[in-house]
Amino acid sequence: MFYREAGQYKTTYAADMAVFPIRQDRIGIALILLIAFVGIPLTANEFVINSIMVPFLVFALAAIGLNILTGYTGLISLGTGAFMGVGAYACYKLTTIFPDLNIIVCILLSGFFAAAIGALFGLPSLRIKGFYLAVATLAAQFFLQWCFVRVPWLYNYNASGAIEVPQREVLGVIVTGARAAPEVKYLVLLSIVVLLTWIASNIIHGRFGRMWMAVRDMDIAAELMGIRMLPTKLLAFAVSSYYCGVAGACMMFLWYGGGEASDAFNINQSFNVLFMVIIGGLGSLVGSFFGAAFISGLPTLLKFGLPAIGIPIGGAFAEHLTHIFVGGLIIFFLIVEPHGLARLWQIAKQKLRTWPFPY
Amino acid sequence: MSTAEAASPAAALPGWVMPVAKTLAVIAGIAALIFALVASGIAPKGSWAHKILAAPFIEMREMPDLLVQTLWEGAVAGILYALIALGFVLIFKASGVFNFAQGIMVVFAGLTLVGTYELLGRVGLTGMPAAYLALLVTLGVMALLAVSVERFVLRPLVNQPDIILFMATFGLTYLLIGIGESIFGGNPKVMITSQLGLPRGAIDLNILGGRVTLQKIDIAAAVIATLMIIALAIFFQKTRIGRALRAVADSHKAALSVGISLNQIWMIVWFAAGVVALVTGIMWGARSDVSFGLQTIALKALPVLILGGFTSVPGAIIGGLIIGIGEKIGEFYWGPLLGGAIESWLAYVIALGFLVFRPQGLFGDKIIERI
Repeated sequence: MFYREAGQYKTTYAADMAVFPIRQDRIGIALILLIAFVGIPLTANEFVINSIMVPFLVFALAAIGLNILTGYTGLISLGTGAFMGVGAYACYKLTTIFPDLNIIVCILLSGFFAAAIGALFGLPSLRIKGFYLAVATLAAQFFLQWCFVRVPWLYNYNASGAIEVPQREVLGVIVTGARAAPEVKYLVLLSIVVLLTWIASNIIHGRFGRMWMAVRDMDIAAELMGIRMLPTKLLAFAVSSYYCGVAGACMMFLWYGGGEASDAFNINQSFNVLFMVIIGGLGSLVGSFFGAAFISGLPTLLKFGLPAIGIPIGGAFAEHLTHIFVGGLIIFFLIVEPHGLARLWQIAKQKLRTWPFPY
Repeated sequence: MSTAEAASPAAALPGWVMPVAKTLAVIAGIAALIFALVASGIAPKGSWAHKILAAPFIEMREMPDLLVQTLWEGAVAGILYALIALGFVLIFKASGVFNFAQGIMVVFAGLTLVGTYELLGRVGLTGMPAAYLALLVTLGVMALLAVSVERFVLRPLVNQPDIILFMATFGLTYLLIGIGESIFGGNPKVMITSQLGLPRGAIDLNILGGRVTLQKIDIAAAVIATLMIIALAIFFQKTRIGRALRAVADSHKAALSVGISLNQIWMIVWFAAGVVALVTGIMWGARSDVSFGLQTIALKALPVLILGGFTSVPGAIIGGLIIGIGEKIGEFYWGPLLGGAIESWLAYVIALGFLVFRPQGLFGDKIIERI
């Protein structure tokens, strides 16, 4: 009724190929951005920002990164956590070596280090495929994780053996460190995520995205069509790792603020992000957001939501229940819709277009 | 069967001979290179090249007892890795599912065994009869698990892409962790080693001018693992169900068309993997204790798997031995140079090195790519 493209005429090729061809979609995106940039900082309390929004955004960024590799190029990686770690440690080294450099620039630059490492560990992907490659990326995961603990230069010889996030200001506003306001951190993170999502959308709809998808659908056919495997696959690894690296840097600097760092980039994190990509929908940017919201939000929801509606649960039992719930829901979702939440979203939109007269 | 064998008379040698010969040749080449380096004086004592390339080998020659000890420990670890990998291979062959839950099945089986034994202790049953009763109960639980996995996870997901099935086993992992923790609690438990009649203590061997200590439980593990592998081989080769399993592994569609029930086969194969998991759980549990930390060893089985090839039972065993021994030798002789604890990633790097030269693993089916 209110969501349909009737009457919206397209007169140019560019308009026809637009990412959001329907006007209601564009209005919806604008509305979401407005709420995210203005509504939430004004209305939400610290708990909502710190425990729901910030993790969601960080994981959404990481999920976009992995989606570029797994969803669009068809290469399974289990090293996401480690690549996030590379970003975090690179950002830490950058900001301690160049203390005057703008911290946002540091975060964005740190992704390039992750990209370089990612491309290096992506080299075997030329010969190894499928699950063999997935296990090969585990080598990256465990080797890098070992480096984070065993190379003291990376954490500046701190006694704690972890990243200690220093206080940094941008234009006189404290952005990182213990004294930064949650709203500021949130807005910085949101800006980074929006910017990088926009860039990712453009890459994916452009030439490189098409090359990746050709490789995903059938790599020999893609090769025969003149797509060179080496640059294409390595580029996918590099771009994906860039996103993961920035996500890791954001995670450490805008969310954790140091502390529990040694555990943050372990194998479970890699699996977590992989869940998000699969549950959200392989090969879908909006799916990355759905998946991140689902997987990062569910434990919080169970932990605080169940007591709120009158079901009291103990701390340890809540954790076990989360495990059972997450596990059960993963299986349930895979059975109901193997293409993820993104496909459900698509179906819902399609239904809405013809509603209320679906004939 | 016979037609398939007769179809390839040219392949007189088994397929794995060439890769093994090549590997040995490479190792011999490296050894010759090191000898040349040290003998020619390019790498003087104390230099980095000497420390990395020569000193460990000299140490091996001078203290053979330490080498034997390290080799033995590596072999035992390798056998245990191979046991987990075996569970993976069984399921992968029969259903094409990369079963990530194998590691947690090991923990789950071990916990069920110990938990049931404790429960029996409360009603007054202890000792060996109770332990074996608990073993039976655990087998029942694993059978139940196999049936429910087949019914509620695999059957609705049939024909989905591999990664979806892989993720489903992930969900299963979480589910089992949650259920296991709520029933048995998160604390580590002690495996009922002596109640099951497994030996304890150690044997000291005085050989090669030193003392080599062999834990009896390790010997038992090696023996039991060997027996189980032989039993599985007989099961696969000689029984009716085993033949059906191999048919399913070759082609689901062809197997279906000759009247083999896929659902039944999957149930059996998951149960077999459950039994393997139980044995693995007992062995690993006896070496340390039964806790959810054990599931990380399942990740160690992954390089073993890719080294041996996903579809090869002998590959899982040889791969396990290579990884186990390589890891222990690397940690013992080269680990200190890098600051220690390289065991956590060495296995993956070894596997990665092999994979670059043989993308399908040492014994895996040859990957044929066509449009």
